[in-house]
Amino acid sequence: MSTEPILKVTDLKQHFKINRKFTVKAVDGVSFEVYPGQTYGLVGESGSGKSTTGRSIIRLYKPTSGSIVFNGEEISGKMSAKKIKLLRTKMQMIFQDPMACLNPRMKVMDIIAEGLDIHHLYSTKEEREQKVYDILNLVGLSKEHASRYPHQFSGGQRQRIGIARALIMDPDLIIADEAISALDVSIQAQVVNLMKHIQKEYGSAILFIAHDLSMVKYISDYIGVLHLGHLVETGTTEEIFTNPIHPYTKSLLSAIPSPNPVVEKQRTSLSYDYATSGLDYEAGTQHKISDTHYVLATDEDLKKFLAE
Amino acid sequence: MENRERILKIRDLHISFKTDNGKVNAIRGVDFDLYKGETIAIVGESGSGKSVTTKAIMGILASNGVIEKGSIDYVWYDENTGERQERDIVKMKKDEIQKIIRGRKIAMVFQDPMTSLNPTMTIGKQIMEPMIYHYHKSKEEAYAKAVELLELVGITDAEKRMGNYPHQLSGGMRQRVVIAIALSCDPYVLICDEPTTALDVTIQAKILELIKEIQRKKDLSVIYITHDLGVVAKVADYVNVMYAGKIVETGTINEIFYDPRHPYTWGLLSAMPDLDTDDEELYTIPGAPPNLAHEIVGDAFAPRNQFALNIDLRIDPPMFDVPGSETHKCASWLMHEKAPKVEMPKSLKRRIEKMKKEAGL
Repeated sequence: MSTEPILKVTDLKQHFKINRKFTVKAVDGVSFEVYPGQTYGLVGESGSGKSTTGRSIIRLYKPTSGSIVFNGEEISGKMSAKKIKLLRTKMQMIFQDPMACLNPRMKVMDIIAEGLDIHHLYSTKEEREQKVYDILNLVGLSKEHASRYPHQFSGGQRQRIGIARALIMDPDLIIADEAISALDVSIQAQVVNLMKHIQKEYGSAILFIAHDLSMVKYISDYIGVLHLGHLVETGTTEEIFTNPIHPYTKSLLSAIPSPNPVVEKQRTSLSYDYATSGLDYEAGTQHKISDTHYVLATDEDLKKFLAE
Repeated sequence: MENRERILKIRDLHISFKTDNGKVNAIRGVDFDLYKGETIAIVGESGSGKSVTTKAIMGILASNGVIEKGSIDYVWYDENTGERQERDIVKMKKDEIQKIIRGRKIAMVFQDPMTSLNPTMTIGKQIMEPMIYHYHKSKEEAYAKAVELLELVGITDAEKRMGNYPHQLSGGMRQRVVIAIALSCDPYVLICDEPTTALDVTIQAKILELIKEIQRKKDLSVIYITHDLGVVAKVADYVNVMYAGKIVETGTINEIFYDPRHPYTWGLLSAMPDLDTDDEELYTIPGAPPNLAHEIVGDAFAPRNQFALNIDLRIDPPMFDVPGSETHKCASWLMHEKAPKVEMPKSLKRRIEKMKKEAGL
């Protein structure tokens, strides 16, 4: 890979102290890289720490330890005003629930332009309006929509507003946290097409967090599989789907429903239970399978995985 | 298949809602049958009327909803006398439905297990409640049965779990508890409204397998409402595709998935990426569902249908029988003998060919 990664996460830990005796280790030593113009998919079951990872990267939380390098700047520690500005403009987030993430008392125009207002990114009122109209056009809405309120839109349209709000800042990295999970199948397709199109046009990188593996496969160049706060396997989409090594990855892949009734009715999913699997994520280290493919395991476990 | 016993018969159901913006015709003539021990799935976009249909079956329509016409006939055998009874739910009074039908005969599993459980009651109490209410069971009896049900739905340490509150359980466990509550009064029909949408894929597979296993054990009939075609493929025997308050295509699961006829079904099947999709762009159905507050002239799907004929804009198509099948029906003028021959999109055809090969058909 010749280019520098836009985002480099190294050994990120995010612990939440519940009380004196009990700490939740939501993310426990996760490392990965995202390159410009590419999509990195983070998958895992609920509680695996995928959303927490996304939120730590955009600094909604203060990471416990580890480093996050974005655009060549270290952003995991204390941040200067300059760094905060960089982070708040060049990294944007799209949220899961398109109704809950839009202020119901603001017009679409003001919702989308809020980032511009805060960072003073226009000189005249006309310029502000023009920018909003352009972005609305890009996400497939029209000028007239700018004067409406969020409740006047359908779910798919609201998600487009969420995307427009992120895009107007011209971000280098978009974090999409379950951005399509709450939508209908046909609307999911629309939103995914839109995100792909935007990526081509703007060259922004996307960190795509989801649990729907068929969509993740379709949109991602690289995939990381998270379980219990550990990155158990990472690689190109091809590697993860054709040559999964870790038993958790295998169980995830086996659970994807296929729209083929005869095949689907005979299929049983592999079950995987950390408690009875005899694995210890804490003791494992990242093992290299190929240049891009890594698996978290101890030496013995890896031999067992490969033998299967 | 000869002696299939029909337990639910819905004919020409029309439901409308009175709103500030006028009358919304949410259901515009729905027919279907449910037979004992079988599973049907209702698929469609949000707003197509899937949930409203099942709510009508349960007798829990919102207060501004009116059943304009049609019938929902329900057949059951009396617990004591074993006598066969047939009643039209539409004509029954609300408290009568509550007493005889809801819970006892038909139970429902909702989408979000966090909002359908009471956070201030232990799960044990919540499972016992319907049995005490409907069958006047003693606490001890109800307790014993509740433990049994928890074991049935695959919760380990059932006795210990009885004292837990919903927030102490994971999402998958909570959904298992909801299923246990639904099963507590031995219903014949289980309605599952998007039972796994709020859950992960791994847990989703387990819950679906669980429902299937219980269905086999108890000879239940199940109605699934979902927009996930993967789920449909896994569980359903028959599929009804709904659009704008009408069923536009119905048939066995294999007929719908391997030989879809309605352009809307083509769209739904194409929009779902399978694991081999590498097209540059996913197929999307253009436009949005129609606003049912306005009168719909002709086929409701026509404005979004690239294959729409002139007649689609004027007259609503009736249900046509697909030649060579007793179960497969499709409401599209394309099925008319004088209609031009229209083939499904090429990419979908390729995919179906491949699916058939995998399935060995």
